[in-house]
Order: sequence, then C-alpha cells, then structure tokens
Amino acid sequence: MSSYNIIDHEYDVVVLGAGGSGLRAAVGLSEAGLKTACISKVFPTRSHTSAAQGGISAALGNMGEDDWRWHMYDTVKGADWLGDQDSIEYLCKEAPKAVLELEKYGVPFSRTDEGKIYQRPFGGMTKNYGNGIVQRTCAAADRTGHAILHTLYGQALKHNTEFFIEYFALDLLMKDGECKGLIAWNLNDGTIHRFRAHTVIIATGGYGKVYYSATSAHTCTGDGNAMVLRAGLPLQDMEFVQFHPTGIYGHGTLISEGVRGEGGYLVNSKGERFMERYAPNAKDLASRDVVSRSMSIEINEGRGVGKDQDHVHLHLSHLDKSVIENRLPGITEAARLFANVDVTKEPIPVVPTVHYNMGGIPTNYKAEVLTVNGSEKTVPGLMAIGEAACVSVHGANRLGSNSLIDLVVFGRAAAKRAAELVKPGAPHEEISETETQKCLDRFDKLRNAQGDNSTAELRLAMQKTMQSKCAVFRTEKNLEEGVNEIRKTYDGIDSISVKDRSLVFNTDLVETLEFDNLIRQAVTTVDSAYHRKESRGAHAREDYPNRDDKKFMQHTLAWCDGKNTKITYRPVHNSTLTNEVQYFPPQERVY
Amino acid sequence: MAQISLPKNSEVNKGKYFKDKTGSKNIRKVNVYRWDPSTEENPRIDTYEVDMDNCPSKVLDILNKIKNEIDPTLAYRRSCAHGVCGSCAMNMGGKNGLACTKPHSEIDGDIDIYPLPHLKVKRDLIGDLDGLYKQYESIEPWLKNNSTKETTEIFQSKEDRAKLDGAYECIMCACCSTSCPSYWWNGDKYLGPAVLLQAYRWIVDSRDDERKARLKKVADELKLYRCHTILNCTSACPKGLNPAKAIAEIKKMLATANV
Repeated sequence: MSSYNIIDHEYDVVVLGAGGSGLRAAVGLSEAGLKTACISKVFPTRSHTSAAQGGISAALGNMGEDDWRWHMYDTVKGADWLGDQDSIEYLCKEAPKAVLELEKYGVPFSRTDEGKIYQRPFGGMTKNYGNGIVQRTCAAADRTGHAILHTLYGQALKHNTEFFIEYFALDLLMKDGECKGLIAWNLNDGTIHRFRAHTVIIATGGYGKVYYSATSAHTCTGDGNAMVLRAGLPLQDMEFVQFHPTGIYGHGTLISEGVRGEGGYLVNSKGERFMERYAPNAKDLASRDVVSRSMSIEINEGRGVGKDQDHVHLHLSHLDKSVIENRLPGITEAARLFANVDVTKEPIPVVPTVHYNMGGIPTNYKAEVLTVNGSEKTVPGLMAIGEAACVSVHGANRLGSNSLIDLVVFGRAAAKRAAELVKPGAPHEEISETETQKCLDRFDKLRNAQGDNSTAELRLAMQKTMQSKCAVFRTEKNLEEGVNEIRKTYDGIDSISVKDRSLVFNTDLVETLEFDNLIRQAVTTVDSAYHRKESRGAHAREDYPNRDDKKFMQHTLAWCDGKNTKITYRPVHNSTLTNEVQYFPPQERVY
Repeated sequence: MAQISLPKNSEVNKGKYFKDKTGSKNIRKVNVYRWDPSTEENPRIDTYEVDMDNCPSKVLDILNKIKNEIDPTLAYRRSCAHGVCGSCAMNMGGKNGLACTKPHSEIDGDIDIYPLPHLKVKRDLIGDLDGLYKQYESIEPWLKNNSTKETTEIFQSKEDRAKLDGAYECIMCACCSTSCPSYWWNGDKYLGPAVLLQAYRWIVDSRDDERKARLKKVADELKLYRCHTILNCTSACPKGLNPAKAIAEIKKMLATANV
C-alpha cells in the first residue's frame, strides 16, 4: 500500500482547468460568492485556448443582418443533426450576450468603421437558413483565443479566484455515484492534495494528442475525460474527431479558417480551386469536415502538391496587403516560422490535421454531467464544460468559431447552475479512505514503474495507430485493425518504465500519467468509430457512405474499464428549449 | 577588488555525458542545466550528443528528442509548440527565447541551454515566475469602465484600437524581464518590461476610465524608473514586441500630462 502525506482542502466548487471555459466558470462562481478553487497543470495563460485564432461566433449583426436562429440552423446542419437542439438553441441565443460581456471585460476586438466589434465570414456560417454568407465571427485580428484567455485571466484575478497552478489532477473522489472532490499532485513541491467540493467542474479540454499530427498542444491530453472513465462514467460521441483543413504540412501548426474567411483559397497541383467542385455554393467556406474530405480526395487521386504529392496549397498572396497585415498577422508569422513561407508571395503548404474533439463528457445544457442507468440521469456534484464536454452542440462536426463561444456560454451556464445547487459554506460529507487509496495506488504504481517500454515509445505507437486507422476516411477493415492494435499498445503499459523518481516537476511521470489518460480515450475513440456503421459529419465510413438516421440518430456512449469497453446509445434530443424556434428536421447536408 | 564567490551549494558542476548511440555522423553537443531540489546535489551541466539528421529545426525539437530518446528525466515546460503559450521560454546559446520558435541553426558550436536568467529555479529548465505573476496582478489587468449598458459594446474607433497593437499580443513568457539587468538587481520592486508593457496596454485602452489612476500607480522610482533604456527587453522579445518603447511612452505621458 502506498503512503503519501495528504494535504486537505475544502471548497464549495472546484474548477479543473484554467482555459477559456474554466476561467469563465471560475469568474461566475466567485461573483456568486462561492468559495472556488481553480486547479490547472499549466499557468492559466498557457492553456490551449490561447491558440484559437479566427474568432468567436455570435449573431451580433454588426456587419449586416443576422439572427441567432440562423446561427442555430447553421450549427445544427454543421453538426450533421447529431447535436442536441435544446443545447444549440441555448448556445446561439446566449452568444451575443456572452460576446458583449467579453468586450466589457476588455477583450481587444478588431473594430468596424463605426467602432463596433469586427466580424468575419467563417465556414458554414450563413444567413437566412443557408442562403448566402454572413459575417458572424467576432475577431481580435487572428489572435482571438489569446485575447480572450488573457482577458478572462484578468477577470479571475479581479474576482480573487484561488488558483492552484501546476497541480496535476489524478482522480475524482466518488461516493455512491456522486462526485465529492478530487485528488491532485502539486508539481512544485511534490505534495498530494485532496480537494473536497460540492461540485467539481471539469474543464480540461480535448485530447488531440492521441494522434500523431495535431494542432493541439503537448498538454492536450484530455485528463478530465480519463478521470470520468475511471470513475465508471461514459464518454459520448468519441468517434467524432475534427480534422482542420489547414494545418501546416509537416509541422501541424494551425492556419486559421479566417484566412479563407478573408478570401484565401485552396489549390491542387493542377492549379484548380478544387473546392468549387465539392461545395459549389460555399466553396472554401464549406464546413471543416467537407473541406478536409475534399482535400484528402484530391491528394488520394494524385492531385496533391509537393515531392510526395501529399498536401495542397493555401493561397492568400492575392489579398490586399492591409488585410494580411491587420487581420492575419499571427498566421503570417506562423507561416514564416514553420513553413518558411512569405504569405504575401507564396502559398502555405497545408494538410488536414487533427484539431478538435466533438466528443467528451456528456452533459445537458446546464453543464451537468449525464449518465445512463436505465434512463438519462445527471451525476450529482459533477459538471463539464468546454472541449472536455459533449453538450452536445457540435454533434458530428463543429463549425469554426463555435468553440470559443461554447467556452464562455457554457462556462457561464455552469457557474449559474452551481450557484443554484450549492449553498456557500455547506459542510462536506466524509468520504472513505479507500477512494483516495485507489487513486494513490495507481499513482504509486506508475511512479515506480520499472518495465522496458518508455512512455515516449508507447505514446508514439498509439499516435501512429490512431493516425493510420482512425483518420479522415475509415473502413471496417481499418478500424478493426485499429481496435486490435490500440489494445496491444494498451497492454504495453503493464511494462512501462519511469526513470525519474523525484516528485518535484517529475515530467517523466506527468507524461506517463498523461499517456495512461490518452490511451483510454484512444480505445474509446476507435471502438466508438468501429461501431458507428454510417457516415456523419467528421466520421466518414467508405463502406457506409450515407447517413443512417434510422439507426444512428443517436449519441454513442462508451464506458471503458481498462481496455474493455461497453458501447451503447442514447437518442439525440429532438426538441428545442423554447417556442422561440422550431426543431430543424434532418435534411440532406450540402454546401 | 572584492571577490564574490557563490555559496558552495550553487556551484554548477560538470554532470553526466550521454554519448550518441545511433552512430550518426551529424552530431551536436547539447549542454543542459540540471538541478533537482529534492536531492542534496549541486546543479550540474549534462551533455548530450544529439543526432541532428533526425531532428527537426527548433531547439524544442532537440529537447523533445533528448527527453523521448535519451534521458526522460529532463524537466522543462512546453505546451503549444508554436509560440503562442509562452511556456518554453529559456536561455539558449546565451539568448532568451522560446525553444519552440528558436532555430538551432542560429546557434554556433555546442548548444548551451539554461533556464531564464536570474530566476529561482524550480527544477532543471523550469524557472520560478511566481514573483512576476504577482507583479502582473498588481497592475490590475482588467478593464475598468463605468458603463452599465448591457446591450451594446463599448465603441472604440479603429485608431484607438490600433494603439493596443504591439501590447495585447504579449504572451507573458518573461524573456524580456529576465534579460533586463535592472530587473536582475531590483526584480522585487521594479515591475520590469513584461509587466510594464501590460500596464501600458491598459493605460492606452480608450475604453478604460482609470487611465490617470493607472499612470499614478506606476509613477514610482522603483516600479517604473528603474528602466534605464538598456533595450535588452526589445531585443529579447520572441514576438517582436517593443516593451522599451511602451515604457518610454509611459514616462512621456507622466512627464507631459497633469497626473
């Protein structure tokens, strides 16, 4: 049995993660007078929200008529009807308020001639239910995520949120199906901390690092998702992984969709603007799954560019110099640094790159975590927001600029709901030591692991499997190989090796714990993909090319205990939240 | 002349030598500062022979290669890997920068990698930025505006918005502050270029109603006027920003305005 000294804390609410959604929730909780701790494995402004470029969607109508119902229709269609329309209604209706609030917090949005927030066109964002392009994506040049993240951190400071920075969370503390807190390891001095809370809000982001080539940061390992799996709860729609059309070839750095929003376009080796063939109306501004698939087809059919004909070109040199300078300075720098390209003269080499997880922890629109036990139930004491959550507003495919709005709308919703549920200063229940012990046993076992497999090797094997077996196009054969291969990598963890024995900034152990988190999500992703025998949004099955609403208008739920998974389904919500808008019935999805 | 000697426990020793095992003909020697507070040992410099034929172009790629293939115990911060999160700020070849954007081809000879200068070290390449974060907090980095209207934004002209360019992009990596000799001496009292650039960002935001109070707050011999226009900050900034200019602007505002 492992023995560690444990430092105890009591809070009304604990927020795990300090990116856009975690910080927004923390601000709301502090405002509501709840004693709040915000725990993060990195300093808040290092969170991956900082990498979001293009903007945040909201039907403000600053650049022409707009309506939140149009935004809702676009999001439903972008999601290929897998999104829950009650949640989508909430998102789109609350969006303008949330953006104005950000502006008042101090976000340095770019401006129109009248001094209003500047909005740019973005993929899949249309007016009047699919009839023409609308400018809905509010931007701070091409550094919108950075601007929002730093501003929200400032707000959290203003509200005296208590931060626990460079603490790595290990596991949730559960009792009779309710969440009572969590355990975390302080990297700064090696101590173990137990946080009791009436509500834990998971805001740990996505798990892009299960793939080899991703725009995600090194730290995007979905730690909260894995904690939920270990707590015996399911993850939802994990097969839906978004490939962003424009990651820099060979490096994976994101090039914003804002480039195409400002007039950039994709070209194949024959010099054709090929998107005109695949999406005659929206062209380069079709939704991301459509563009990524079109690029992959061009490459697979031999019309890729470069020595190996394995990528395409993104042109923007025709754009006005002032547009590039004022609205796209960040990607100009990225293209120079990582592709050695001067965007005013040459195209950027790009390839579809893993970017976002539509799937995650199932929640309702109030951010309460759901499970199915006979019927749909909330999990008391547990909430999830941001990319970690599956609300589900993004369904089978997220529209660009809908993620930043998701962060703030549901970060705010979670704080509101927690304020309703939690009485400030209410006493905490005793929890048995066995929960703590179980968590520390796993920690201790990995800490002292003396096998032959290095964490880096196992991680690479996992990433290569996911990249080749669970990518843009999928087949039964491929996925079956993936299902088996990923389990072999999973078995490798029994003989994993950790060389660093220190408890202070032991990043060898951090990465091993992260790998333990990633591999569980890799297994649920590939298993969920294997079982969904249809094509919908980002999940494209060559052997089942059509959407099958009869069988699969359902959310996948995946439980994972070790490498054993259980897959079930729950129906997509087919009603709206209010009478202000009607349910959008499924249609054929063309752009 | 006075002899200054380091306390015995902070003398940097020669560390381990990791010989190349790949048989590569294209090797570079990489010297890395190592220290773990949980051991009683002195800091040391470990040397790694790195196969450059299979290493991408940035210093971070070298560190990742060392961690993945040679020595997993090496500790450093890193996250986004494309220069926006500010995690991997360190001193490389004698200059501060972000490991993820710094090409190793720009460093001649052996590659020396140290934590950011003049910070307490938490471990290996991980510097203690807690003091700098506290200073950041002290400038109250949030908008102070008395408007209560909820249905519209606070309008700002394009010209006024342009004043924030060159300031809001700061990623708080601390390359500038930790390259500043004045900050090395008076880092507990002088705010340093990173924090002053942020102070400036709020002072010049046309939406902020507390401009004068903000100026007054930094108008202090130690907080602001320890800047002696050495300009190391501007030369160190990996984002191409100019904190020295922002500091000069603050001084100018104080000299010309009735605060």
